[in-house]
Amino acid sequence: MKLTRRHLLLLLPAAGAAWKYVLAGTPEAAPDYNRTEHWWGMLIDLPRCIGCGNCVRACQTENDVPDGYFRTWVERYHVSDYDIENPDVDSPDGAKSGFPPAKDPSGKNFFVPKLCNHCADSPCTQVCPVGATFISPDGVVLVDKTYCLGCRYCVQACPYGCRFINPKTDTAEKCTLCYHRITKGLTTACCENCPTGARQLADLKNPKDPIHEFLKTHAVQVLKPYMATHAKVFYNGLDGSVR
Amino acid sequence: MYPNEVELQWSVLIVLYPFLTGLVAGAFILASLERVFNVEAVKPTYRLALLTALAFLLVAPMPLQLHLGHPERSFEMYLTPHRSSAMAMFGFVYLWYLMAVLVLEIWLDYRRDIVLLSQSSTGLKRIIYKVLTLGSSNITERALHIDERTGWLITLVGIPSAFLLHGYVGFIFGSIKANPWWSTPLMPVVFLFSAMVSGIAAVMLLYMLLTRVRKEPIDMRCVDAIARYLFYTFIIDFTLEMLDLIHRIYESDESFRSLDFMVHTKLYVSHILVQIVLGTVTPIALLSMTQILRLSEAARKRIYATAGCLTLIGIFAMRWNVVIGGQLFSKSFLGYTTYKMGLVAREGLLTAIVLTVLPFVILWVLVKLLPPWSEGKRTPITAPAHG
Amino acid sequence: MSAFKDAGHLFRLLGVFAAGLLLFLIVRGFLVPRSFGEYGHYRGNALAEIAARPVNYAGHATCEGCHTDVFDKKKDGKHAHVNCEACHGALAKHADDPASVTPQKLDAAVLCVRCHEANAAKPKSFPQVVSADHASGVVCDTCHQPHSPAIAAGGAK
Repeated sequence: MKLTRRHLLLLLPAAGAAWKYVLAGTPEAAPDYNRTEHWWGMLIDLPRCIGCGNCVRACQTENDVPDGYFRTWVERYHVSDYDIENPDVDSPDGAKSGFPPAKDPSGKNFFVPKLCNHCADSPCTQVCPVGATFISPDGVVLVDKTYCLGCRYCVQACPYGCRFINPKTDTAEKCTLCYHRITKGLTTACCENCPTGARQLADLKNPKDPIHEFLKTHAVQVLKPYMATHAKVFYNGLDGSVR
Repeated sequence: MYPNEVELQWSVLIVLYPFLTGLVAGAFILASLERVFNVEAVKPTYRLALLTALAFLLVAPMPLQLHLGHPERSFEMYLTPHRSSAMAMFGFVYLWYLMAVLVLEIWLDYRRDIVLLSQSSTGLKRIIYKVLTLGSSNITERALHIDERTGWLITLVGIPSAFLLHGYVGFIFGSIKANPWWSTPLMPVVFLFSAMVSGIAAVMLLYMLLTRVRKEPIDMRCVDAIARYLFYTFIIDFTLEMLDLIHRIYESDESFRSLDFMVHTKLYVSHILVQIVLGTVTPIALLSMTQILRLSEAARKRIYATAGCLTLIGIFAMRWNVVIGGQLFSKSFLGYTTYKMGLVAREGLLTAIVLTVLPFVILWVLVKLLPPWSEGKRTPITAPAHG
Repeated sequence: MSAFKDAGHLFRLLGVFAAGLLLFLIVRGFLVPRSFGEYGHYRGNALAEIAARPVNYAGHATCEGCHTDVFDKKKDGKHAHVNCEACHGALAKHADDPASVTPQKLDAAVLCVRCHEANAAKPKSFPQVVSADHASGVVCDTCHQPHSPAIAAGGAK
């Protein structure tokens, strides 16, 4: 609770300042946005996630994501007792319409939202043959869709399955951490519409960002740490069964 | 399955591509056996092997172009290559191999014939030959000797280049840590040896076929030698693949259960039946028969032909199992998907068939333009009367 | 220099290769985008292009700017931190020009259950009900005002 209110209070003046750029129609990055002052990541507080799918829908609306492809999605895990190596996982249409009732309410059940981890050492940018995908100076992994060949090497190289080929542009696509929003002082569409504050944008270079305090006081993990991708999406309460 | 994993990214065209570059590497290694290692027995296939390599190398980028979302931007790989990307660097390896090795070697070996043909032929052919001579008609003994020495040097450089060409394709797969079916240091080596196997088998089959078509007597010493090299290379290839398999089964890491299930269900026909039983064990058994027993020429020819065909099918299946198989299971190790191959689509079966036939069409043109049999068996091309 | 004379064809070949290389370098000079390499191995202008995409969600802070009455009701209730657009849809265009875009009427029956339908995977502390059994299956906004959903001591809104 305290966390989300503080977060909102931080955003309010920034949003107010950025608002006139949103009004402009064809907005450009706020002139006082300095890329070197930010290092973007995200915090996902799993105990808060209710699997409503707002984030998936918001992302699709905000970013014009084609049906059947997902820049973010939510998975539901069912773990029976101590067998954590064999969870039952489902993600109906990426949780765009939420989830149906659980088939087996016994055991442990929880939701895990996933998105691009904006890895600091990303294997996807390593393998791009032409430099169409890259990490921006402020830590967001992006795709230049006018330069991408559509070779799909990056899609193969991502250990998290967050990339896809957009059938309309025939280029690689994935979560951009709503770069067009965060550079204007707004938060990402998914974080904005998450009703419980399970998803929160984090600016790792900002000493006042609540994530620093959170990381100090909680046991936090990243997905597939053994891949050494230095992912910047941090999960609180990530169960060992999560793939 | 992660939601974005359901659709396969790399299609049958990407299966075809390592198959074609493999044939190139294998054919070239066979040719270099004669040139650098002085294996006299395989001399009759020298020029044929080089032309085969060229025909396949010219077609090799086509499946890649057809598979790209934006083939018109593919030149970007040469304009702004990303040095950390194996795929980008491969563009240069390919270019090097095509221009500095293969084309050069063929040109140097054929130069005398090209000059003579440029003087004796007429019409369009004459123009083509004239261009190929680069304006020089010097075929004195000294010049030819320089050609021969340079060619030898190029072949010497060409052997590691051929290794690099196909090993690199293996590395493109082997370096993807996200995919445990692909990610192994053995991948480039396995690709390379299976490439050599397929290339040697292809040249052997082509030679047997063409001598039959031309009603020429077959040089059994040559074919026996090729078959012997095929056999040795196959043993190494089989050993490497078995090593990978045994290692996986023994270590049984987190991906093993998922992959094991996949091999036993989705890949049962293509991996166990076609690749292993039909495509590897059977040809090795057949070839070992020819090495151990004393068989008649007719029997040996039949066995070589059968083994050769099965080998090519087996190596294609290997490429299929690596490329398609690597995309059938989820990176969460909790699910599987299916490959829906289109038929008359840009990346469909028909395209794959056309691209497999095309190198033979190109080879036919090359054989007509640069006959491989001007030395050795046939009478050499005569210089015109007014010389 | 007879050796060179007999190697003349090799020099011609070298010449062809050199010409090819030169041609490639010239073409490359024209084709590589100007901003390439500005920040790294990519087209520098891409950053600005991606940042210039239109925004579809105005965000909570923006709605509050005009709808202060709703904000007052909302700020003390359980839905204080639920974004307006999570239910009302993306409304940046409305915020831009309120008259041009009117947010559509919402269907409580569809919206409320998205979050509050009981599910074993939801955190136990999160308010959830089996909608068919809850209050004999009447529509949610019969008793709960979405902007401040707690039911007051005396009964309905």
